[in-house]
Order: sequence, then C-alpha cells, then structure tokens
Amino acid sequence: MQPDSLSFIFLNAFLINNFVLALFLGLCPFVGVSQKLETAVPMGIAVIVVMFVASVCAYAINTVLVRFGIEYLRLISYIAVIASAVQLVEMIIKKFSPTLFRMLGIYLPLITTNCAILGMALFQTFNDYSFGQSLIYSLGAGAGFTLALTLMAGLREKLQLANLPDSATAAAISFMLAGLLSLTFMGFAGLGS
Amino acid sequence: MSQAAAASIELRTSPHLRSPKTVDVIMRNVVYALLPICAFAVWNFGLSALALIVVCTGVAVLTEHVYCVLVKKPTTVGDWSVVITGILVALILPPALPLWMAAVTSFISVALGKIFFGGLGYNVFNPALVGRAFSQVAFTLPMTTWTPAQLPGRFVEFIPTSLTIPFLEPGSLQGWLSNVAPDGWTGATPLQLMKSEQIGTEASQLLFGTIAGSTGETAAVLILVCGLYLAVRKMMNWRITFSILVTAALFSWLFHLINPSQYPDPIFMLGAGSLMLGAVFMATDMVSSPETRLGVWVYGIFIGIMVVVIRLFGGLPEGVMYAILLGNAASPLISRVTQPKTYGAVRKSRKQAKEGA
Repeated sequence: MQPDSLSFIFLNAFLINNFVLALFLGLCPFVGVSQKLETAVPMGIAVIVVMFVASVCAYAINTVLVRFGIEYLRLISYIAVIASAVQLVEMIIKKFSPTLFRMLGIYLPLITTNCAILGMALFQTFNDYSFGQSLIYSLGAGAGFTLALTLMAGLREKLQLANLPDSATAAAISFMLAGLLSLTFMGFAGLGS
Repeated sequence: MSQAAAASIELRTSPHLRSPKTVDVIMRNVVYALLPICAFAVWNFGLSALALIVVCTGVAVLTEHVYCVLVKKPTTVGDWSVVITGILVALILPPALPLWMAAVTSFISVALGKIFFGGLGYNVFNPALVGRAFSQVAFTLPMTTWTPAQLPGRFVEFIPTSLTIPFLEPGSLQGWLSNVAPDGWTGATPLQLMKSEQIGTEASQLLFGTIAGSTGETAAVLILVCGLYLAVRKMMNWRITFSILVTAALFSWLFHLINPSQYPDPIFMLGAGSLMLGAVFMATDMVSSPETRLGVWVYGIFIGIMVVVIRLFGGLPEGVMYAILLGNAASPLISRVTQPKTYGAVRKSRKQAKEGA
C-alpha cells in the first residue's frame, strides 16, 4: 500500500499506530471510563465526533495561520477549537441523554484535555495531510481509540468478579491490561507496508 | 415406616449426576497430550530443548507454589494447569534461547499472566503467550535466533547460547554454526524464507517437523494427533481448532489463487510456524476463549483471519501469537454479542421496550 493512500492512513491511525496502544496518548479516559461497556462505547463515539470536528477546524485554521505567517498561534488555537468542540458534544449529550451525561461525569469535559485529540490535530499538520487525508486520519484515530476502549471495557467487565490479589486492585489491573493490550497490538507493526 | 427403610433414604442436594471430569483430570490429560510433543522436541533439538522444557516447567511450578506459600493459601500447583503453562512456554521459545531468559519468560507467564489476574479461571490472556509477547520485546535478538534441527551432536552438547550466564547477553552463534550447521543454512525458519525470499519448504518436512523453528512447534501432524486425543475425550473444544485451521487454509488459498508466486499455498500456511500448536493448545484455553457456542466459531474465524493477515501483510513472519492474544482480548466482547436467546423469550418490539423503560 502507498504510505499516503487513504486506506493506509486510516489503517495506520486505527491499528498500526493506534493512539492509545501504540502512541500512549489519551490514557486518562482510557483508564477512567473503561469500567463498563455502557460508558466506554458512548465515550468512544464522543471522541470520534470531537476528533472529526477538531480535524476540520484545525485544517482550516492552519491554512489561515500559514497564510498570515503566524504559525506560533497554532497550539493555542487548536486547544480553543477542541474545547469548543467538546462543549458542543457535551450540550448534545446533556440534551438527548441525561443518564449518559451523568455516567460519563467529569470525563466528558475532560476530553478537552485529552492529548489524543490535540495529538491528532498536530500530527495531521506536521504530516502535511490534505483535507481529505486529514478527515480520514481523524476518523481512523477516533475509531482506534474506540476500539482500544471497547476491548479494555470488555476485559475489565470480565474481571469484575475475578479473585484478584490485593496488590492488583483497580488501578494496577487497568495498567496491566493496558500494557498487555499494547503488547498485543505490536503484532500490527509493519502491516501493509 | 420401619427403621431400616428410613435409614436407606439418603438426602442429597443437586447436582445428582456427577462427571468425573474435574479441572485437574482435564489438565492432567492435556499434560499427557503435550508429552509426545516434548519428546519430539528433544529428539529434534537435543539437550538444549530438554533443558528448556525442564527449566520452564520448574520455574512455572515454583512461581505458583512460592506465591501460594507467601500469601498463606493452599497451594494450587496440584491442578496441573501451571504445568501446562510451563511446558507450553518451553515449546514456543526458540531452542537456542539462553536458559535464564527462558526462566524469566516462564516467571512472567505465571506471575503476570496468571497469578496477577487471580489465578486459574480468571486469566484473560493465555499466560504462556503473555510471557512470550513480553520476551519478544525484552529479548528481541535471542528470540529470533534460530538453529537447525537434527544436528548430529545434539544429544551430547548444548547449543552454546543455552548456557549463557544469567543477566548477560548471549554470544554470537556464527562460529559454532559454521562448524555444525549443514551447508546452505541461512538461519531462517520456513516462514522467514517465505516472507523475505518467497522460498517454500517441502510439505513433508513441514508436516513431520524436521525443520527450524520454536522448540515444539515444528511437528504439525504430531500436534494434530495429540489434539485429536483431547478432542475425542471431550477435553478440548475442537470447534475452535477446526475453525481456525479451516479459516486459515481457505483464506490463504484465496490469496494463493490470486498470485501463486507471492503467496504460499494452504499446506504451507497450516504446517509452518506455530499455527498448529497455537490452534490446538493455546487458542482452546478454556478461560480465555468465549463461552457461547456461536462465539467460539466467531473467535476461531477471527484468529484464522488474523494469522493469515499478519503473516502475509504484516512486518513479522509469524503472527499466531498476536492473533491468539487479539482473540483473547476480543473474547469478552464476542461472548457478549453472541448470547443465546433465552428459552421461550419473546422479542420485545421497540415500542414495547420504550414503554417498559
């Protein structure tokens, strides 16, 4: 596959360089909301939406910034855009599913500080992706995040009744699972190249 | 009622039908099924393979026993499952691996792959594969150093790297290999030859296992026969093995038809590498595979596809380990979406469900 073809860009962001399991970005919600599938899947979808909006805006903003030669404003303007995208998602969820809004709790506004999203916006800029490539990249990254979160939630649900030793309580077992999942995803290294 | 009649009435709670198949009986039979493979491995790779099996099994059993003693629990070594883990770890490591690295792998398998998750019945990943995935990253070079099978002096001397002093890197095998290896030895397994140079290996060698590779993965037919023993005694879910092998064969056959010069034929796909060992002994791990009847098929097909995808399109020559680990990771989700319908349940229409909520 060509390294700049759309399918490879998607596969790269989705599996090979999965944002959570290969680049270790966005670990906070990955550990925080992966307790149950009921929260993990909506959280993943929220992140996909935010990433998509952020990707479109980041592409537009970057064009403007480059035109005026003020690239040093990139970071702060990206953060502002992501924060507003999160606000948008938050309002929608609050309106349509108050239960889900309460279940996600603090992690919903915390998508603002999710480095996976800022990372995605910065990577697409540094890789000089075109508009179409940026969109596919953001979708791949969001889908990859959702995949990691769903796998993690499935495993943690299965372990809920497990007879864990005292030293392997909540945080320890999550990081252990995250590490093992990350080892598993090394199998995708070099896929399609 | 007379006293004698009253005495003959015995009150018992259910279950009234008991099966003699307890966990330790099944596990012991799996060990029996693994023994011929171990014997073949020793015959194939000699003294180093024997030492590898003994060290891995010993460390695995010791780890679990010491843990149980430390936390003052009755020891769980007696259920034989840790013996299986130990033997499997040895069988999936390269024969030239330094023994201390094998010991570390075995320790990681049992400590982090099994005990950390609460012991037998809760390990979400196959413990042996957890150890191997760890070592693949930690000891990349020794884990990909292969030696030829059937060396003439294999029963009298170790492969030099086996006896590396603990916590030191093994030396180079080049000098030793140039003396003992047959002409034309390139240090590659059949899968690596296929990946880098599209060179196939004779089917008979693949099936009977006189080839380079991990200690116990080479004898495809023997492994299948041992698996058949377990399947006949109903101690293994043959559906998993069957679906993995059939999927891998069909899927690779498809690519072989499209481009026979680049993609290997199905016989190669099934016989080479650890597909057989993985499909028979590791993917069928009762704990880390899905529980539902449909889920088992989905799981097998998923692993079969992933093996072929990683082998043909991935950066690595072998993908069985990662495919099974991925299958393990996905198995809670697979079980969840393939729940059988409750007997007599009536499907709620969307409207009813809304009113009920």
